[in-house]
Parts: sequence; structure tokens; C-alpha cells
Amino acid sequence: MTKIDTARPLLDIRGLKKNFGAVEILKGVDLSLQPKDVVSIIGSSGSGKTTLLRCVNLLEEFQGGDIILDGETIGYKTVGAKRTRLRDAELSRQRAMTGMVFQSFNLFPHLTAAGNVMLGLRKVKKLGKEEAFAIAEKWLIRVGLGPRLDHYPSQLSGGQQQRVAIARALAMNPKLVLLDEVTSALDPELVQEVLTTIKSIADDGATLLIVTHEMRFAREVSSRIVFMEQGRIAEEGTPSEIFGEGRSQRLNEFLKSSRH
Amino acid sequence: MNYTLHFGAVWASFDHLLGGLAIGLALAVAAVAVGTVIGLLSAFASVSRSRLLRGISGTYVLLIRNIPLLVLVLLVYFALPQTGIRLDKYESFIGSLALYAGAYLTEVFRAGLLSVPKGIVEAGRAIGLTRMQTNISVVMPVMLRNSLPSLGNTFIGMFKDSSIAAAIAIPELTFEARKINVDTFRVVETWTVASGLYIAACFTIAALLRMLERRFPKF
Repeated sequence: MTKIDTARPLLDIRGLKKNFGAVEILKGVDLSLQPKDVVSIIGSSGSGKTTLLRCVNLLEEFQGGDIILDGETIGYKTVGAKRTRLRDAELSRQRAMTGMVFQSFNLFPHLTAAGNVMLGLRKVKKLGKEEAFAIAEKWLIRVGLGPRLDHYPSQLSGGQQQRVAIARALAMNPKLVLLDEVTSALDPELVQEVLTTIKSIADDGATLLIVTHEMRFAREVSSRIVFMEQGRIAEEGTPSEIFGEGRSQRLNEFLKSSRH
Repeated sequence: MNYTLHFGAVWASFDHLLGGLAIGLALAVAAVAVGTVIGLLSAFASVSRSRLLRGISGTYVLLIRNIPLLVLVLLVYFALPQTGIRLDKYESFIGSLALYAGAYLTEVFRAGLLSVPKGIVEAGRAIGLTRMQTNISVVMPVMLRNSLPSLGNTFIGMFKDSSIAAAIAIPELTFEARKINVDTFRVVETWTVASGLYIAACFTIAALLRMLERRFPKF
């Protein structure tokens, strides 16, 4: 029993297809993550990386394929030949199993750093105020923002805001954390503090699916790297495989063009 | 100019004017309170995914905004009893003004809703809040704060519109002023004092609202 459970992937994406109207964004993506995997998705813009993450967090509907999270098929149910989107309450419950950190932080502007982290704990996990605060405090200290608990987002730097967003996602104790180009909106001098935070979370054994343009970071933190191109996974391997010799012409070109 | 000003007659009944002012304020507060609820529901309906709800909200705003308030007040006051609904003149007027305020507030809140960044809605959904919880805990606070200036303007507008209540003999400021005018024939004095009271009240409300805006900084 236990053996089967550990062999089972935490996230299993099978034949994922997504289109916006007539435009196919994802053309059948297969990807699976074991617990504690740190997988980085790289690829040029428009390759479908972000859309893939958003499908996993059910922020986008998708037209084909399955996403199985910890053994549960999420987003849709199929009865006979009919595939229907689950109801809002179900979708919300499944979303709570994954955490998401966005490119543009998306902190709640009317709540303090602690308030941002507490909201999900209070409303989704139904924790009491003291308990929620204790967890929020713990996570904000963890990301180095202990002294900023009662600061509002507008009083924080971009890097600090993004670290609050990371604490907000992790405090919910998700099975999987999705990171969507989390340093792209940051001033260069603030990038490192956020990457360091993510690195330490990865070292603690979190399962991460990362979309990033930071190649050096991807190489350093990932157990596996996925190269996406035109809605498909074009290449997949360990960092040394992806960044080493023997890679495809296309990946070569991409890596060359993204070098700073 | 052979008109000599005699404010004495107006000052003699000044307490009536102040009483009228208080009634006007109370009417406006009650109407804006009810109108805010109507406006919030209608604004959420106007951006909902349901065509029916959007249609209801749109029709409501369209109808109400194209009826002069005086006509609406008279319609509600005289026509409603014919359908068996009995309201006293206060209830009737507050209802009319609330309907009227609701239509304007629909537009105010709608603009506020559209100003809420999509990203924070997604962030709310991403931590597992339901659509309803996101609306209550994330969208509403941000939207209300962004709507505060327009909300204040609407409130001042509704307070001035409370003068229409004189048409159905509610003893608010305009009604009292007219009575003094009829009793004393001090036309200029009466309406000057009444105007002064309206201006003073609106100034005070505006100042209070500005304090409120400063208390809650814009996001």
C-alpha cells in the first residue's frame, strides 16, 4: 500500500490540450512530478508555459486530457462520454491543494502582510484568528519578513511583496507549489532575495513546478528541466542533460538567445 | 432697490429649518443605505456571467435614470397604494430615493468593480476561496475604497435631492422654508437662509468624506 503511494506521481498531466478559440495553446502535454521534485519549465514566450501552470491551478479551463493531483482527477468529471467542469465549491477545494505565486505578486492591497497570509487560513482552512496569525508569522519569518508583519503591500518593495506571496502560498500547506515567472517583474537587484527564498523552500522538500527565464537558477534548483515549444514538451531532462552537450538545435538556439 | 431685508422673521422659525435639515439628512442617510445594498447587488449583476442578471440590472438603471426624481416620487407615492401596498410618506419617499440612488450607485460600483485588478481575484481563487468568498473578502473591500470619492458625491447629491420630499409634504428643509415664506412673505431672506443651510451641510459632509478618504489611503 505505502509502496504504491510513493511510486504514484504527485502530479500527473496526461495529453493536456488547451485552446483559446481557434488558437491551440497546448497540443497534448504529458508531464509528471514525484513528491519533492523541482521541475522548471523553460521556453520562449508563447510556448504555453504559463498556460500550463494556470491549467494545473484550474485558473484556465482546458479542452482535453487529464490532470491528476495526488490521485485525484481535477477540474472535470467524466460521466459516460460527457466531460463537465466541476462546480465552484469543488474547484475551490482542489485549488487549495496547490499554491500559486504570480509574476505580478497579486497581494491583496487592503490587507497587511500577515493579513494576506491569514486570509486563506481563516476562510478556507477555517482556522481561528490566533492560530492563523501564528502560522502567518511563522511563514513570514521564514521568508525573512518577520519585522514587516503589519506592513501593507504598498509599503513593501517588489522583492518583499513577492516573498509575502510565497509565504501566502506555502502557509496553506499545499501539496504542490506553482511559480509563474516570479522574478520577471522585479528590479534586477531584488531578484536574488526571491530566488534564495525559493531555493531554501526547495531544499526543505517542497514540490515545485516553476516557469522561469532565469536559466542559472533553473539549473541550480531543478531536479528536472522541461523545454516547451509551440504548445508541446520538446525536451526534458536533468539540468546537466539540458544544459550539457547533445541537445537539440532548437534548444541550443533558445539557450543562446536567452543568455544575458 | 426698495426691498429691505428683515431676517428676524426667518430667525424666529430657525429651529424649524434646522429640524427640516435634520429630516433631510435622515432621509438621505436611509435612502443611501438602502440604495447601497441595491447598487451593490445590481453592480455585481451587471458584471455577472448570467445574461438574465445583466439584463435586469441594465433595465433597472435605464428606467430609473430616465425618470425625473420628482415624477418617481409622485409615482411611488400615488400609484403604489392602488396596488394595495400601503406606505406612509416617509417610507414611500425613502423607497423612491433609494431606488434612484441605487441606479446611480450601480454605475459607481460597477466602475469600482472594473477597477479591481484581475490578478488579486485570481490570487484569491488560487488559495482556494470560492467565487463568493473572493467577492466578499477581496473584491468588495478594494472596490468600496476605490468607489469612496464617487460614493461621497452621490451621497451629497441625494441629500440635496431630499428637498423633493417637500412635494409630498414631508417637513424637511425646503418644505419648512416654503412654509415660513408663505407665513411671512420674506421671500429673499427665507430662501437665502435655506440655501446657506444646504451649503453648510454639504460642505460639512464633503469635509467628513475627505477625512474618511485620508483615513483609508487609496491602493
